Parts: sequence; C-alpha cells; structure tokens
Amino acid sequence: MKLDNSKVKLYSQIGTRATFGLACIELLKKYENLMVCTADVSTSAGLDRFRKKYPNNYIDVGIAEQNLIGVATGLSELNFKVITTTFSPFQALRCLEQIKVNLGYMQNKVVMVGLASGLVLGSLGFTHASIEDVGALRSIPNLNLICPSDSGEVVKALDKALENKNSTYIRLTGGSNNTIINQDDYDFEIGKSIELKKGHKVCIISNGQILSECLAAANKLDEINISTSVINMHTIKPIDEKKIFEISKKYKLVVSVEEHNVIGGLGSAVAEQLIKIENSPPQALIGIQDYYEKGGNYFYLKNKYSISSEKIFEKIKNSYECLRKI
Amino acid sequence: MEEFMQIDLDTKKRVKLVANTVRKKILLMAFSAGQSSAHIGGALSSADIISTLYETVFKINKKNIHDEEKDRFILSKGHGCLTYYAILNHLGFITDDELLTFEKDGSILLGHPVKNRDKGIEFSNGSLGMGLSIGVGLAIGYKRLNKKNNVYVILGDGECNEGSVWESFMCANKFNLDNLFVFIDNNKFQQTGSNDEILINNNLNDKLSAFGWNAKKINGHSIEEIYDFLVTNKNNQKPNIAICETIKGKGVSFIENNNDWHHTVLTKKNYDIAINELNKNEA
Ligand SMILES: Cc1ncc(C[n+]2csc(CCOP(=O)(O)OP(=O)(O)O)c2C)c(N)n1
Repeated sequence: MKLDNSKVKLYSQIGTRATFGLACIELLKKYENLMVCTADVSTSAGLDRFRKKYPNNYIDVGIAEQNLIGVATGLSELNFKVITTTFSPFQALRCLEQIKVNLGYMQNKVVMVGLASGLVLGSLGFTHASIEDVGALRSIPNLNLICPSDSGEVVKALDKALENKNSTYIRLTGGSNNTIINQDDYDFEIGKSIELKKGHKVCIISNGQILSECLAAANKLDEINISTSVINMHTIKPIDEKKIFEISKKYKLVVSVEEHNVIGGLGSAVAEQLIKIENSPPQALIGIQDYYEKGGNYFYLKNKYSISSEKIFEKIKNSYECLRKI
Repeated sequence: MEEFMQIDLDTKKRVKLVANTVRKKILLMAFSAGQSSAHIGGALSSADIISTLYETVFKINKKNIHDEEKDRFILSKGHGCLTYYAILNHLGFITDDELLTFEKDGSILLGHPVKNRDKGIEFSNGSLGMGLSIGVGLAIGYKRLNKKNNVYVILGDGECNEGSVWESFMCANKFNLDNLFVFIDNNKFQQTGSNDEILINNNLNDKLSAFGWNAKKINGHSIEEIYDFLVTNKNNQKPNIAICETIKGKGVSFIENNNDWHHTVLTKKNYDIAINELNKNEA
C-alpha cells in the first residue's frame, strides 16, 4: 500500500492504534475475506467503526486471548486473511503457547497486532507496559516480528504481513501525536532495513517510535563531530543480515536502541549477527536493563530507563570517547 | 445446617457511610488523574462489596498486616483499583497525599495494583483472569497448614470470559475450599460493551452450582446481603461464591449503566456534580 502523503499528519495525531483501525477498513477493500478478531478491546484498537460497519468481518471472542489465537487459527485454516489484536502483553504472552503450536509449529497464518507495547502505558503499571514481547516471540520459529517506526509504517507493515507466507507479530509503540518518521512514500519490505540518516562514525540501529529519540540524539552527536547514522530496523525477524554485515565494515561503533528489555530484543538480534563477523565493531546495547521501574508516563519512563534522546546522546558520546582512548 | 447472623443496625449504617466515602475518594483520584484517565464505572460498582468486606469480617490494620493469621484479599479485576486504594486510605494505609499521586510518575498507586504489603496491597493485578488461581493456591495452602485463614477474591463478570477463571472454578471444588469466598461483580458490562454483546455469560448461579460451589445470587449493593454471604456457615466444605447483581457506576446518576465511563477522564464539572450527589447521602 502506498503511503498517502495527505494522511501522514492525521495518522501521527491519532497514533498507531487508531491508524491500525483505519488500515483495517482499507485492507477490507483488498481482501474481502479479511477477518479482524479481538478480545473486548475494539475501542482501544481504533476498531469501533470497523465493528459497526463490517460485522461479518469482525469477531470479538470476549476477554479470552488464548481462545483468540485458537479461533484465528481455525479461520486461517479456511484461508481467511486473519488479523488478531489486543494489548501487547495479552496478545504476545497470554497466548504464547497457542502462538508457538498453531502459528510457529503448524504454520497457520495469522497477523497479530500488539497494541501499546513498550512504555506508553506506564502509568497503568507493568501488567500493561510491555518490555518482554519481542524476546518471548523471537524464540518461536516461522514468525516475523515487525516494530513499525510510526503510524504510516503500521499501514505498510500490515499490508506486507498479510501478503507474507509466515505469521507476523506487529508491535505498536508510541502514543497519539507521535513523531512522523517517514514523511513521503517509500518502499517497505519485511526484513529490509531503511537508512533514515547518514553518518560515518557511529551507527544506531533501532525501531519503533523510539527512533524519534535516536534521530534527535544523532543530530546532537553530529554537532560534536561524532557523525552518526540511524537505521530503521523495523523487522526484528527475519533480521536484515546483509545490512548488519555492511554496517560492521563501515562504522567504529554500533549502537542498538530499543524500547524493550535488552535481553532477547533487537539488541540481541543484532549482536547475534555481529558476533559471526570477523573484526566486527563493538556494540553498545541501549534499552531496558532487565528490571521493572516504578510506573509513570511515557516521558518519565524513557528518562528513567535512559532511552530519551539526551540519555542516548550521553551514552553514545561516552562509549565513543572510551573507544578512542583504547 | 446453615447458621445465619444478622448485621446489626449500627454496623450497617457505618458500612454505608464508608462506602459513600469510598465512592467520593474514587472520584477524587479519577479527577486528579486528569488526562491519563481512570477506570471509574467498575470501581464504583464494587464499592459496597469492598466496604462491607473490609469493615466487617476482613479486619486489617497497620499492626496485623503482616500477621500470619490474617485473612487474604485479591482484587482479581485489578483495573478496579480505585476502590481498593480508597478503602486502604480510609483504613490509614494510604495517606491522603498518596491518593493524589494516582497514576502519577513514580507513584505507588498505578492504574492497576502493585504489590505492596505495607500499604495493604497484597498482589499485583491488572491482567485479567489471574487472581482467582492465586486465591485457590492460598486456600489450598491454608488447608494443608491446618490454618483457619479465609481468602477473599473479587472477579469482574467480563473477567469471567477468561478460561483460566474456569480452571480455578473447577480446581477450588476439587480441594473442598470452604475457606474461599469469591464475589463476581456482575454489573453486566465489560470494556467495549455489555456482556451480552461481547460474550454472553448468563446463569452464572446455575453454572457455578454445577461446578460444585455454594453459589448465591445477591444484591451487590445491599450491605445485609453481602454480610450474610460472608458469615453464613454452610457447613458443606464447598467454596463460596456470590454473584453480585450490581450497577456499573453505582452511586452517580450520570455514570450508572453508561459504559462510556468504563475508562475515561473525569472533568472538574462532572466531578463537582458527582460529589454533590454523593454528599446528599450523608445529609
Ligand atoms: C488479560 C486482559 N485482557 C484484556 C484486558 C483489558 N481490559 C481491562 S478492563 C476490561 C473489561 C473487564 O470487564 P469486567 O471484568 O466486567 O470489569 P468491569 O466491567 O466491572 O469494569 C478489559 C477487557 C486486561 N486488563 N487483561
């Protein structure tokens, strides 16, 4: 699907969740056998209009996420195009074994959308904030994992995920009025990263809305003569091995930044590639250092976990200076 | 033989007043949360259940909160935490200042309960369908230890969509857990509609009786009926469950049975009107 330039601003205002709801209406034009399945969260997924207008393409199984994946699997067996959605912890973890057996092992095809992942629901506590979903799901074979950088990319990711042969988990981050990362239309392919900013000393690899913090940090780093690239590694699995190989040959320092636990997430995925490459540069893993903070709003938690632009800037500056001393 | 105990008039009056205070505090926190929104309807519907429980049989205070002999409570529908925080404030566990930090940065009072025994919060909840299993585990444990502790759990009716809830229903029966007392806050609504729209789950009384529980349909806003459920000894080794007929948003006319108030922002104007209504109950 093309990114409609005139809608980019609206998408960012309403955020990734409501954009997802709009995208479902668009996708129904492409696939008349589309089934959107949820677990009593239509409102939170921007699906109110879809629910009212297309009851035949909409299934609410109640607050029962394990059943959600089972039902979606049954539908996929009959070649329906199936999307499931609920808040990310319930979409990824509550039904983890259903995902493993039905979508990983049997390879039935479902596109799952994890709402409000990362830290955006921090004031609701860590039953709702979600810093483990990527790690848990990454260990299941035959599953794609995508974390779109902004609302527009949610639309693109959904479209490609429905075309792809594997099941996909799409991880939504950020709130409403999110930062637009991609202003104009561009090519989006699962497993193919995108260079957002060019530099030549340090390379930041990130995804999701936290990319906005990375871009700000990179601009500040440029100002102190640490020229920094930023890569949108929207697909965590399959990871863009080719790009990581190129990066390893070009930069002095690789930095992964994620709104997720550093264990099992994007940073781990990048490290698993770098370690295979001879004389690869060192990698700094910026993200959540394996603990639960007290709750609070998005900005508060990004600061506490040191993934705000200033903290990212500081950390990279220090790492880079240490490197030069060696 | 069942043994009945009537609630005395003074206690009833006191509990009623406490429930009214709890409702006012729910609204105060919701208002102070501002744009970050709060689960209001489902908090108001549980206020009489929690107030009766904490003011009669479940007696906790700062001195006994770590006692091994103390009973245990689990708010399985964790999003209804405003009621929990309000009663714990009334009992002196949570200060007035702390109440106003609801959902604020670094607060101990988030949009779902975070385990904090000193403050009287016994478990972290918020992901629906997990609390009753913990209650079953506690109740089995107390039996194995030959202890007399009771375990109290509040479930939402929407929460009962979760299969795990039914796993615990079956399990409690197997282990003869007459020390387990469960309330279903049967307000007929869940997040995005009525139970009937989202997942029909009626005849809970018959279902739970068939699952081997002492199941009883009660008025979840009647202090007498809640008390009666808590103190009536059925002498039959079965777990106990009250299907509480409640009104989502109970106590504030414009919130009652209006599911727009499931999770939303309470403005100053609406806050004032609501508090006015509740104040009238104290006149
Ligand atoms: C496992 C899980 N799925 C979904 C949610 C989102 N959610 C929060 S409250 C709610 C509705 C709960 O309904 P009910 O138990 O009837 O509570 P009440 O109507 O009394 O507020 C939902 C779906 C959640 N908290 N946990």
